[in-house]
Amino acid sequence: MALISLEQVSVAYDNRFILEDFNLQIEKGKLLSLLGPSGCGKTTTLRLIAGFLNAEQGKFMFGGKDYTNVPVNKRNFGFVFQSYALFPHMSVYDNVAFGLRLRKMKEAEVKQRVTRMLEIVSLGGFEKRLPKALSGGQRQRVAIARALVIEPDLLLFDEPLSNLDANLRVNMRVEIRRIQQELGITTVYVSHDQEECFSISDQVAVMNSGKIEQLAHPTTIFKYPASEYVARFIGFGNFIAFESRSDAGEDIELSRGALKFLAAKRPNGAGNLGMLGAIRPDDLQLWPSTQEAPLSGNTLSGRVQVSTYLGRSYQYEVETELGVFTVNQEMDVPFAQGEQVTIYFPKDKLVLVQ
Amino acid sequence: MKEGNRGLSLYTLLVFVFLLGPLVIISITSFEPGTVLKFPPEGFSLRWYRNIFEVSMFMETFKTSIIVSMLGNLLALLLGVPAAYALSRFEFRGRDTLNALFLSPVLIPGIVLGFTLLRYLIVVYGLPIYAGLLIGHTVIMLPFIIRVIASSLANFDFAVEEAAQSLGAGRLETFFKVVLPNIRSGILAAVLIAFLESFNNVDISVFMTGPGVSTLPIQMLTYVQNYFDPTIAAISVILMVLTAALMFIIERLMGFAYFTKR
Repeated sequence: MALISLEQVSVAYDNRFILEDFNLQIEKGKLLSLLGPSGCGKTTTLRLIAGFLNAEQGKFMFGGKDYTNVPVNKRNFGFVFQSYALFPHMSVYDNVAFGLRLRKMKEAEVKQRVTRMLEIVSLGGFEKRLPKALSGGQRQRVAIARALVIEPDLLLFDEPLSNLDANLRVNMRVEIRRIQQELGITTVYVSHDQEECFSISDQVAVMNSGKIEQLAHPTTIFKYPASEYVARFIGFGNFIAFESRSDAGEDIELSRGALKFLAAKRPNGAGNLGMLGAIRPDDLQLWPSTQEAPLSGNTLSGRVQVSTYLGRSYQYEVETELGVFTVNQEMDVPFAQGEQVTIYFPKDKLVLVQ
Repeated sequence: MKEGNRGLSLYTLLVFVFLLGPLVIISITSFEPGTVLKFPPEGFSLRWYRNIFEVSMFMETFKTSIIVSMLGNLLALLLGVPAAYALSRFEFRGRDTLNALFLSPVLIPGIVLGFTLLRYLIVVYGLPIYAGLLIGHTVIMLPFIIRVIASSLANFDFAVEEAAQSLGAGRLETFFKVVLPNIRSGILAAVLIAFLESFNNVDISVFMTGPGVSTLPIQMLTYVQNYFDPTIAAISVILMVLTAALMFIIERLMGFAYFTKR
C-alpha cells in the first residue's frame, strides 16, 4: 500500500483552481520528483503535503491515517526550502538542534544526534558558525541536516538546488540521493530541472497546469514520453502530425500524404497510441542529398536554413515539406547554409504521443 | 577635493550655520550667570542648571513625560507589533487602506489631531486627563512603531517561519523563537524613535494636558510665558544632549539608511 495518497484534492487561489481532482500515490522509501515549469502546481502539491496549504476538497492520507487536517507542526515532515530558510540568529548547531529541543529531548541526546547528523552532511566542526558565515552549499547542507535530524516520516524538497552554481548542484544532488537511500526515507522532490529530477528519482511525475501528464521511472519518461507536452518538456524538439497509422508486425506504419514512416512499437506493448510522431534533435541523422542514404525509408529531404555551433556538435534548422526540423549532428565538415540534405528518422527513436 | 567645489562647500557651511547656530547660541547662553537670557553671556555659571532641579514643576512634569512616553510606548508596541507583522506577512484585501490608516497620525497636522482627541476623549467620553494624554501619545507613536518594525520585517524571509513550523513549532512559539529575535534591533530602534517623538511632543500634549497633569515641553512653554531667565536654555541643552544620545544609539543599531530608503 502507498505511504502517501492524495485523493481527489482541489486547491484554489483567487477563485482559480491550481489543483483540481488531483491524485498521487507514493510508495514508502521512494524518491518521487514533481517536474514541470513554474505555475504547473508542483510547489502547491508539495506545500499541500507539508501542510502549509489547505485543500478545498479531497483527502490527504499518510500511512493509512487521514492527515488532511493535521497542522504542519504535528506532521513530523522535514522540509528543505529553496532559500534554505535557516534561522539567521542561531548557530549551525542551534539550527539543527531546534526541532529536537521542541521535542523536549535531553540536551545530551540532542548533542549526540546533532553531531552525528552534521557528520553525515560533512559539516563537522562548523557547529559554532552563523548561517551568514557559510557558503550556499554549506547552508543547504545545514538545512538538510536540520530537516533530517528530527527523523521525519517524510522529507520534502522545494527546488533545493536552484540557488547553487552548476558544479555544486551536481555534487549536492548526488549527496541528497546518497543520504535519502542510506536512511531509506520517503522523499518528494520538486524541481523545474529535468536532469536533476531524472538523476535522483525513483519516479518522476511530469506536471502541467495542475495535472500529472506522466508518472513513471525516469528512463521510461526519457525514452517514451506519453504526451506531446511531456515530449516537448524533455527535449523532443521535432514533431510530425500523421494522418493514419496501421499495424505492421513489430512496427507501426504511419503515413502523411504520400509519405510513409515506420516507428518501432514500445517494448512493453503499452502506449504509442497517438498520431503525433516525436523525435529528439540528437536522434535525427543528416546526409548530403548527393550521397545515397545507407538506409531506405524514414527519410525526408530538405535544405539547411540555419547552422549554429554548439561546441560538441552543430545544430541545423532544416526546412522540409513537413516544416522545419532541428538536428544536432557531430561532424568535422559541417553542412553549409542552403545545402540540400536528407534527414533520416531511426524508427526506434521515433515515438508516438497523444 | 576638486577646485570647483569651493562654492558648494561654502553653501553647505552656511546651511550648517543656519541649522546649528541657534542651538549653539542657546547652549552658550545657558551658562549665563545673570537673571536675563542674553547673548553673549556675561560669565560662566551652572546656576540655572541647578535651578531646574529646584523648580518642582519641572521635576514633576519630567516624571509625567517619562511615564507617558514609556507607557504609551508599551501600548503602541502591543498594538503595533502585531499590526506590522500582519501588514508585512499577509496579502489581504484592504491592506493598503489599513496601512494608510495606521500611518495617518503622522500626516494629519498635530493641532488637528490634538483638538480631535480632546473633543472626543475628554469632552464626549469624559476620560480622565491622564488617560487622554496617554492615549494621545500612543496614537502618535503608533505610526513610527509600525513603520520601523515593518521595514525590519521586510528583510525577513518568512520561509524561516515555515521552517520552524515544519520542525514542530506552533504559531506563537514560532513568533517568539524565530521572528522576534530577528527583528529585535528594529523593535529597539522603533521604541527609541517613538520615545523621542512622544517626549518632545507639544501639539498633542497642549490639548491633552490640564490642571495638575502636564508634560515637560508644555511646562517649558508655560514657564517661558512668565519668566525670561536662562532656565529654559539649560533644559534645552539637557534635552538636546538626551536626543543626540538616543539618535546615536539608533544609528548604531541599524543606521539611518533604514529610515530613508524605500
